[in-house]
Amino acid sequence: MNSRPSTTRPGGSSGAGSSGAGSSGVGSSGAGSSGAGSSGVGGSKAGNSGAEAKRRRATKRPARSPDLPEASDAAADGATQRVDDTGAADGATQGAGNVSAAAVAADGTAGGMEGAAPAELTGWQRNAAKALEFLRRRLTGDYQIDEFGYDPDFTDQLLMPALRVLYERWFRVEVLGGSRLPSTGGALLVANHSGTIPLDAAMLMVATRDHHPAHRPLRVLAANLMFDTPVLGPLGRRAGATLASNPDAERLLESSELVAVFPEGFKGIGKPFRQRYRLQRFGRGGFVSAALRIGVPIIPCSIVGAEETYPKIAEIPQLARILGLPYFPVTPTFPLLGPLGAIPLPAKWIIEFGEPIDTSGYPPDAADDPMVVFNLTDRVRETIQQSLYDLLLRRGHPFFG
Amino acid sequence: MSVVLVTGATRFLGSELAGRLAGEPGVDQVIAVDAANPDPATVSRLGDARFVRADIRNPLIAKVIETSGADTVVHASASAPAGSASARVLAKEMNVLGTMQLLAACQVAPTVKNLVVRSTAAVYGGSPRDPAVFTEETEPHALPSSGPARDAADIEGYLRGFSRRRPDVRVAVARFAEIIGPSVRTPLTRYFSLTPTVPMLFGRDARVQFVHEQDAVEVMYRLTVGDWAGVVNVAGAGTMTVAQAIRRAGRVPVPLPGPVIGTVGRALRAVSIGELRLGGFSPEQVQLLANGRSLDTSRLRDELGIQLRYSTEEAFADFAATLPPVPGTDRVRAAEHWLLNAVGAGGTERSGQQ
Repeated sequence: MNSRPSTTRPGGSSGAGSSGAGSSGVGSSGAGSSGAGSSGVGGSKAGNSGAEAKRRRATKRPARSPDLPEASDAAADGATQRVDDTGAADGATQGAGNVSAAAVAADGTAGGMEGAAPAELTGWQRNAAKALEFLRRRLTGDYQIDEFGYDPDFTDQLLMPALRVLYERWFRVEVLGGSRLPSTGGALLVANHSGTIPLDAAMLMVATRDHHPAHRPLRVLAANLMFDTPVLGPLGRRAGATLASNPDAERLLESSELVAVFPEGFKGIGKPFRQRYRLQRFGRGGFVSAALRIGVPIIPCSIVGAEETYPKIAEIPQLARILGLPYFPVTPTFPLLGPLGAIPLPAKWIIEFGEPIDTSGYPPDAADDPMVVFNLTDRVRETIQQSLYDLLLRRGHPFFG
Repeated sequence: MSVVLVTGATRFLGSELAGRLAGEPGVDQVIAVDAANPDPATVSRLGDARFVRADIRNPLIAKVIETSGADTVVHASASAPAGSASARVLAKEMNVLGTMQLLAACQVAPTVKNLVVRSTAAVYGGSPRDPAVFTEETEPHALPSSGPARDAADIEGYLRGFSRRRPDVRVAVARFAEIIGPSVRTPLTRYFSLTPTVPMLFGRDARVQFVHEQDAVEVMYRLTVGDWAGVVNVAGAGTMTVAQAIRRAGRVPVPLPGPVIGTVGRALRAVSIGELRLGGFSPEQVQLLANGRSLDTSRLRDELGIQLRYSTEEAFADFAATLPPVPGTDRVRAAEHWLLNAVGAGGTERSGQQ
């Protein structure tokens, strides 16, 4: 079992990179979640800046007596005409009691700006209002998706907060090298895949959102099994995933998205526990040719911790065949404890973003040159493997490290 | 260009297109054919076009083309969805066999120089193994062995054969996303008209795109009067999911397992009291909605220079406005206000929407 060859690198090197990027998970993710707060309306970029402005206004707003009417307050605040309109309409709403009609009218004028939020609202009231607003958007279909099915409103409001609990409390994910992700433009993240259930993709989504100043949403390339599966398929599309295929990858990269790919695929997540942290084959290098064709950097990404969440100690091939799955895992808790076996073990996770590999220097036809593609694929694979060994040393104990 | 023959003259697309072409100065005569007689509304849409009752499944159509000396044939009824949900078999016959006859007639008519065909994005299928966005070159991974998608693929196959045998004829094919609007009646519009709940497949929520009926006419018109040859995708900008569209129509999606949904659809179709029909939908339609697709429309925009007036959302909104109103949206909003007041955050009614 040489999954942790301490001989490959001296221990000192792993300590060097540890300085800045400590587990600042809680602090920056707070900003991330509120920034994404009401951004679901338009495209994510426009939505973000809107939310930013909103927050600034909300903090500037002075406290006022609760019995002051809405309209006069909004006017006194010297806000823009549009906000005045909203306030006035809201005031009229309360007076006339014709709630829905007036609110619709207010919506028409407000055009995505948040109305006057009373300062005396406590945190939970604000959250309740936000939750209700979200619920209303979902019930009336008032949100937008892109051509891949990515639904920023759903992802930011519902999925991310849920994943964040897992990310911050359960796996205590530590992110290294978050600054290596570009703030704008396309990039291809290439990561190792492990853990029986692809939680690593979900955690990586939280990492790029919360540990990067631009809070970049991650577009994950996933296997067709996901889109074949009821519930999971639509959920994946809503979260921004799409089929791991060259047309989809190149289209996303061309539109300057941050794309993640797990070239090991099922060989990676389905490998037995004794082979943990040993990279499987990297397929045919389709991801490299996609990056070469569009000319975006490849960012090797190493994820440590996912292997211990569901250690696959055996498998039942007969059941896998019946269910049409690539494997049916046996972990220390599953299927022994039944549904409880679905709870992941609380391993300590580290995600490291490596030095980006520039692909713009290659000739235009490099994407169709198998030698270039294979060499680059190998280089990415080696980089991730080395970094995995370093991270393992750095982490120490799998659960308390 | 002098004489244009348009099929599917009793349907919205065919009649509207025929009427518009008839007003075109460069067109001497428009002959609108269909197997049935048009209703008064259709007659007014046909305008100056001459209606000829002819069934394209009948070899007689060759006579019509020959005597009229048509140089342009617009097959607007190819891949038209079934007029009523029970007319599926008839639709297949009209679509596939009608197209075969029409192409055979065109092949022997030396006057024919242009052929414009309405096709559908259903030719792409839309399996989980396909990429999310289809360009005109994307080869579908899996096509259903029957149903509208199969028919559309067959029709395009015949078209390829026709272009091989008559290379002198310009063939333009438009692959439309779901055509929707206040006037057209398709299985899909009936599906979204179900009140107040709309059954959908459990655990599936396909992406759909819509083309407004006016945009569809515009594209067919431009293809007819232009000189562009090839295949082009036509879809309104943007994408929605089925559940989202149902919500926007003010209805409530009810997820049902696959076998159940077929029974429900058949039951709804069977129930009809006199003129009052509860609606209904074919199980195939629902199955098609299981796996979604989006179209890449850059060719329409860049090569043909056509800008559609309606986005997917706008097209659907225009259609949804004609539906019998369901006060769902207002009720949701009222409930939100009530709850906000209940938690003491009553002053925060705001607009989260654009």
